[in-house]
Amino acid sequence: MEILVCARRVPDTSENEIQLNSAGNDIERDELVYSINEADNYAVEEALQIVARVGGTVTVATVGGEDDEEILRREMAMGANHGVLISDDAFAGSDGRGIATILKGLVQKGQYDLILTGIQAEDGGAQVGGMLAALLDYPFASLVNSIEVLDGKELKVSREIEGGNKEISEIDLPCVLSIQTGINEPRYVGMKGIRQVASLPIPTYGASDLGVDPSAVGEAGAKVKRVDYFVPALGKGAEILKGSREENVDKVLELVTAKGGLK
Amino acid sequence: MPRIFAYIVHKSGVAADSALELAAAARKIDPAASPTAILTGWGADLDVACHALAASYSEVWKIAHEALAYPNAELIRKALQKVLPTNSIVLVAHEHFGIDLAPGLSIKTNSAFVSDVLDITGVDGANLKVVRQEFGGQVSAHVRCDISSGAVITIRPGAFKPLEGAPVRGGVIDKSSDIGALTAGRRYLETVVAEAGDVDITKFNVLVSIGRGIQEKDNVSIAQELADALGAAVSCSRPVVDAKWMEKSRQVGSSGKTVKPKVYLACGISGSFQHLAGIKGSPFLIAINKNPKAPIFQVADVGIVDDILEFLPELTNKVRELRHVA
Repeated sequence: MEILVCARRVPDTSENEIQLNSAGNDIERDELVYSINEADNYAVEEALQIVARVGGTVTVATVGGEDDEEILRREMAMGANHGVLISDDAFAGSDGRGIATILKGLVQKGQYDLILTGIQAEDGGAQVGGMLAALLDYPFASLVNSIEVLDGKELKVSREIEGGNKEISEIDLPCVLSIQTGINEPRYVGMKGIRQVASLPIPTYGASDLGVDPSAVGEAGAKVKRVDYFVPALGKGAEILKGSREENVDKVLELVTAKGGLK
Repeated sequence: MPRIFAYIVHKSGVAADSALELAAAARKIDPAASPTAILTGWGADLDVACHALAASYSEVWKIAHEALAYPNAELIRKALQKVLPTNSIVLVAHEHFGIDLAPGLSIKTNSAFVSDVLDITGVDGANLKVVRQEFGGQVSAHVRCDISSGAVITIRPGAFKPLEGAPVRGGVIDKSSDIGALTAGRRYLETVVAEAGDVDITKFNVLVSIGRGIQEKDNVSIAQELADALGAAVSCSRPVVDAKWMEKSRQVGSSGKTVKPKVYLACGISGSFQHLAGIKGSPFLIAINKNPKAPIFQVADVGIVDDILEFLPELTNKVRELRHVA
């Protein structure tokens, strides 16, 4: 099975506190630690596990700039066969539809049976997978938390719905699935693994390579634009205990006992 | 102003709570709006839901089709494409069905798409101004959306307060004959109900709930020891389940369990809205988190900025000490 995984490099919220910059119009980007978007990493792992079962190749693609190449190398160190960087000045400022339009160009250049995305990026809208599927007229499922290959033409997939229940469906190939976190246990990648793939070529494709009309993407084609970031004025908010740890322990125990009806 | 529609999710003849929230969101886009509800389905349940909703929406469009008996987003998208006027604004609740339906619908209707909207701050010419959150709620963003060729907008459940007002006497309009044949590349088979798990976290007065701040599987015992000392149970947020540190049955949130304890100790939990959606009954919420900017502090009653890996063991010792003395 030929699998394409669409991934993104994002500020890593497990490593950073995201704060406003001093101008109050963007997040503070100095010293941010970036990594592959968590859900996208699960998608790559899932692709690798499918290929281990039924054969095929895994290609990881990202739309961005040269800084974003590091996540492609990381996923290649995990075992992805190919990395593709999609980069063009015309792509800057794309909204979700723009990114999906660019990715459609990449899909049509290849012969993919299955396209995976992460369900959502930390700063994203849970949108690109569903849009890409609609642009390609492929079937789509979101929030996928298990995949079983039935034969060369169909998959059996589970979606995470309310209360931890699972919605099971069959879906025709080729299709697009957006992957929920927790679907698998992504393998560890060490520095050694990344060094081993350091010299592998990563092709870069621009608008003309992908047959993408520059006016349909980027800032020019975007119907949706983030104006700025802000932190809303707090409501009441928590009463923050300012005591020593020992005092705070006593206070919490007193509150838990009183409010929780403990004896 | 373009015409505004609300796609309403319903089950067993009852519309989702979000039905009235979507009407409230429509009024924030256009105070003069008289939004139209659209319901799809099959059989008596659909009729019951449509008629009930006609007390809240002045017009309800019913699309009945045997293939829509189970809500398959691909089929519903195709049905909506047939009936929606061009340049419409379509509102959908941001939950698992809306996430499945809405992005593709925006492509097929050639309209703008914004997801998980918390507030609508106005219209400026062709632009709708909305508020979203990013990075798990650590920051908010103002977003501008060009609605000149319509829009599909998913609305965060609970973000818009339903409007008070006398019931309306809306009409139900049957649009079923407009949609034609429906086929999909994805076919629903069954729903598998979540496993019960070893401990029923919905039955406890006190929950010691852990998040990413617990850092590794071996540290779960730190929370378990506190829970044991208190006669409480350990629950958790999504990252703990994703990392396989606890069973899914321990997860509190929209994709996990809904709990109603008296006290909720949120330990190393940032406080995403999906997590908070699982906490009902207004428990006394105590948050302990290293990050003073964690969104959990906005909703907690009492907060402590500290490392749970150091704070919880001291709390456990104190509980044991007191109980031993007693």
